[in-house]
Amino acid sequence: MSDLTAKTIAELRDGLRAREFTAREIAESYNVAVAAAKSLNAYTVETPDDALEAAEAADSGKATGSLAGIPLGIKDLFATKGVDTTAGSHILQGFKPVYESTVTANLRKAGAGMLGKLNMDEFAMGSSNETSTYGPVLSPWRRKGSNVGLTPGGSSGGSAAAVAARIAPGVTGTDTGGSIRQPAAFTGICGIKPTYGRCSRWGIVSFASSLDQAGPMAKTVRDCAILLEAMAGFDRKDSTSLDLPVPQWEANLSSDLKGKRVGIPKEYRIDSVPAEINALWDQGIEWLKDAGATPVEISLPHTKYALPTYYIIAPAEASSNLARYDGVRYGLREVPDGGNLDAMYAATRADGFGAEVKRRIMIGTYVLSAGFYDAYFTKAQRVRALIKDDFRKAFEQCDVILTPTAPSAAFGIGETTDPLAMYLNDVFAVPASLAGLPAMSVPGGLDGQGLPLGLHLIGNELDEQTVLNAGLAIEERAGFAAKPDKWW
Amino acid sequence: MSVSNEQVRHIAKLARIAMSDEEIERLVPELNNILGWVEQLGEVNTDGVEPLATVIDQKLRLRDDVITDGDIRDEVLANAPEAQHGFFAVPKVIE
Repeated sequence: MSDLTAKTIAELRDGLRAREFTAREIAESYNVAVAAAKSLNAYTVETPDDALEAAEAADSGKATGSLAGIPLGIKDLFATKGVDTTAGSHILQGFKPVYESTVTANLRKAGAGMLGKLNMDEFAMGSSNETSTYGPVLSPWRRKGSNVGLTPGGSSGGSAAAVAARIAPGVTGTDTGGSIRQPAAFTGICGIKPTYGRCSRWGIVSFASSLDQAGPMAKTVRDCAILLEAMAGFDRKDSTSLDLPVPQWEANLSSDLKGKRVGIPKEYRIDSVPAEINALWDQGIEWLKDAGATPVEISLPHTKYALPTYYIIAPAEASSNLARYDGVRYGLREVPDGGNLDAMYAATRADGFGAEVKRRIMIGTYVLSAGFYDAYFTKAQRVRALIKDDFRKAFEQCDVILTPTAPSAAFGIGETTDPLAMYLNDVFAVPASLAGLPAMSVPGGLDGQGLPLGLHLIGNELDEQTVLNAGLAIEERAGFAAKPDKWW
Repeated sequence: MSVSNEQVRHIAKLARIAMSDEEIERLVPELNNILGWVEQLGEVNTDGVEPLATVIDQKLRLRDDVITDGDIRDEVLANAPEAQHGFFAVPKVIE
């Protein structure tokens, strides 16, 4: 039996159907790999019995769904019944939900098991997984000839590291401003954020509710399509859930892009971005041409205002959402000696939140406060409308947009200390988030240091299919087969 | 616009986060740096542009006015730092 952790989800599924191996063998292979990879700090909780139970159900024929017998890693932002769900925050340590998030319930219904919960930036606020209360995740990748620990990106850093290190065949991530796509690019894997509303937000710890979307991360485009089909779907419990049938994204995968126009936004050509990244972008255009598509130059004139818009709207929504952590109903409680209720709130939140979360709550509270609301928050919502309109116009001229995913390859742990410099990681990812559009990162190649670089595809509303198809066309032509050398 | 120590102290109070003088001192330049950067939005002409609150156009659904949950008191209280007699317990509110 070949190494089951090297297989894609599609290969595992097909191999199970052909009885080449059992689901139990898959679960056991992964449980062993997870237990042996503790030095990556990717998992916050391991649930080997959960994976085995789901395998049992698949092997006995009780589970027959599209993911029967496939064990997955779950980002710690998803509520999982009876299993610690902490959003990487001290303030939620020990929180065991009495309910299951809709997305993970959908995955379970499809027959998937859970290998464990995956580390992440605290409340998904970060681009390096360094803000987690559990400490940073180490990327399995290293620069050529170097032992320096690199970040896997963030906020879905544990998720990305797990797929790249083959300690999960697929995982859930969430993306508010790039948190699926940037870590996917940093670790040489695929990840897609669907159209806002495709995946229910119910049971996902809230960060910025007008932006938060769940999505899958996996080795291949096909695996992402398989997982997204199982995760998505209308849910009455989320008022922004889209009441639409889930398309058959996997069955309709095709890398034939004849007749498709690929938009190349001129505003994404930034001088400060390493030449290797712009060269890979040019290569990506050639790959899509080879697949039959026609490149067209497009303009997204408000691109440079996307990040500042995001850094008003996301903290504002976060400051409101995170008001619920008050030490009363769940999570941490700190009461200073003789302190009253107000003192308890302030002490609990001071002790429970980390520096980046506090910074964003403070920004958000300020931009929503009396006298500043219109100047900051309403202004940002107006600019967001213009950014959305840029895309609407662009999609009159093209069917999918190609850009780099991130402005750099993975950086070292502790290397980026300035908050603003950290925010710039999502310069290419944030505009699609603000516009609610589906977007995906696929690996394109390695840089001179031997680190993965990603290409980024943005689609029109509800058109995940064209994003996946263009992703598949790049995947087939890039032939990205590089793997990190196992050192953990 | 930039924020002063006093303003940051006030924001911390609004946000219900206890902060030492040192923390306030450290946050003032950080917040000013970020606020200075987001102020570039002032360059954008947004006259007549409606603020966008819902990114994918859809109607807010109304559900039937019926009870769909309830009778789960113990589950609601299961993660409470302190629960007494079937209620959330908090420090004294009225002196």
